[in-house]
Amino acid sequence: MKILVPVKRVVDYNVKVRVKADGTGVETSGVKMSMNPFDEIAVEEAVRLKEKGVATEIVAISMGVAACAETIRTALAMGADRGILVESDADLQPLAVAKLLKAIADKEQPGLIILGKQAIDDDMSATGQMLAALLGWAQGTFASKVVVEGDHALVTREVDGGLETVKLALPAIVTTDLRLNEPRYASLPNIMKARKKPIETIKPADLGVDPAPRLTVLKVVEPAKRQAGVKVGSVAELVAKLRTEAKVI
Amino acid sequence: MDFALTPDQEAVREAVARICRRFDDAYWLAHDRDGIFPHELLQALAADGWLGICIPEEYGGSGLGITEAAIMMQAVAQSGAAMSGASAIHMNIFGLNPVVKFGTDAQKHRMLPPLVAGREQACFGVTEPDAGLDTTRLKTRAEKHGDRYVVHGQKIWTSTAQVAHKILLLARTTPIERVGRKTEGLSLFYTTLDRSRAEVRAIDKMGRKAVDSNQVFFDGMEIPEEDRIGEEGRGFEYILHGLNPERILIAAEAVGVGLVALERATAYARERVVFGRPIGQNQGIQHPLAESWMELEAARLMVMNAAWHYDTGRPAGAAANAAKYLAAEAGFKACTAAVMTHGGFGYAKEYHVERYLREIIIPRLAPVSPQLVLCYIAERVLGLPRSY
Repeated sequence: MKILVPVKRVVDYNVKVRVKADGTGVETSGVKMSMNPFDEIAVEEAVRLKEKGVATEIVAISMGVAACAETIRTALAMGADRGILVESDADLQPLAVAKLLKAIADKEQPGLIILGKQAIDDDMSATGQMLAALLGWAQGTFASKVVVEGDHALVTREVDGGLETVKLALPAIVTTDLRLNEPRYASLPNIMKARKKPIETIKPADLGVDPAPRLTVLKVVEPAKRQAGVKVGSVAELVAKLRTEAKVI
Repeated sequence: MDFALTPDQEAVREAVARICRRFDDAYWLAHDRDGIFPHELLQALAADGWLGICIPEEYGGSGLGITEAAIMMQAVAQSGAAMSGASAIHMNIFGLNPVVKFGTDAQKHRMLPPLVAGREQACFGVTEPDAGLDTTRLKTRAEKHGDRYVVHGQKIWTSTAQVAHKILLLARTTPIERVGRKTEGLSLFYTTLDRSRAEVRAIDKMGRKAVDSNQVFFDGMEIPEEDRIGEEGRGFEYILHGLNPERILIAAEAVGVGLVALERATAYARERVVFGRPIGQNQGIQHPLAESWMELEAARLMVMNAAWHYDTGRPAGAAANAAKYLAAEAGFKACTAAVMTHGGFGYAKEYHVERYLREIIIPRLAPVSPQLVLCYIAERVLGLPRSY
């Protein structure tokens, strides 16, 4: 079975993001970029399935500027076999990404596509679900456990009430939650091997997809700074303030 | 001219930093107290192949350059492991370069893979109490008896000899009176440190307690002929080949120690409130830290420059010596500033910066004194007459 794992290049989770002066987005030039952490979990899960003998090949896919090849290289160092870079300078929104992924899935015929449940930059949490709809495949989102048995997969999902297990007919879509696994570090020999693994570069047009954005971002602003708190002297004072100032009781 | 790290180099730094993150301040504080060798760090790095970073691929390594090794060693030191972490693996990273360069294929297959895998550790037996940097005057002698050599003599500042299985040993095989030039007649061996014929005595020292430094006394230790590296009498020449890379790595480690000290000081300056404002708002606190950043960054660039010289086959002596000098001095200044920024707390072990200050003395002193670096630059770069 072949597994596709899309990996997104995002601002590193340790970086304190700054909004661009013109309000069009966040500053990414000169900022450390890394693989979306949920996608690392997806790669790890695919590699574990390969180690168990369930998967035979893992293809890492990234979309965007040429530097996304580095993100693919990280996935290759973790254990993916080859990469596909869909190179585009366009602002790639979830629907466009889902359409591009569908076109790749049609060609590659994977048994499973594992995606991060969301990217930490825009927090859309949409691509996996859209892709499932476009392909007409079953989906197990926010997975905390994945077991592949024969022609189906059992996916345990973290839901409000507890854990829910769904049975999906393969091929299927899985999106990863934080507790699915702990991604491995790339070892030095694997970093070296990753250099020699192939990355194919294609354009959206090669897949017959128009990636033009459908949504317009009007403005990006910094969240309001938290005001300093006040200390109250007694419970009575607290209750009075909640009633007269905060007007919540 | 491109000053950015390549994606592979970024990957090296990132992966090493992630491994080192498992060894936190509490780990190093405990090892600084009990003096136990940080075996866990060495094994963690060995498990992911990091000890073989400079060893050719056919012997189990990855065949990368000194540039990548320097990036790795800076990351180790900068994690807070400082010299206790760096010195624990330093010998594995580049110490066996003479074997790589001058060993036979059979020797390389025998000697290198166990070191890469972390199954064996090695120490470096060159310095002697009465020779110091005047290496050709060393007195340890290895006499040939049939197919083996018998060693008598004494080495000093042999790091990790308490835990090492092997020793890279430089000894005189032809008496100095019988050679044309004093650099001749020394031979290099990589052999088992036979503790029944070699006594290892730890030196109690200022810092880096977890990684031992020793005096080693050889009393008839036998070395089979097949453990001699290269030709008899040419050992000094072989050792020289590894000196520049060693300086580059030590310099990278010093930059790492300086940077972690600076990180700690900056974080403290931001949080510590006195007279109603963070102390980091005061220029008296800011300026020494800003100065340290500039000096460390300049030293780091010199380290990378020296590594580039070496990796591209250019003469690297001037840059490697300059990098080691600049990095050690910048690191020392940063560690001092870090302690002073912490005020009284800087003197307390639980703030860690005093340990960095004790450990940063090592790259100032070793492997060559700052004064001899200045002499080297004056003589070899500026063309002034030799002063010593």
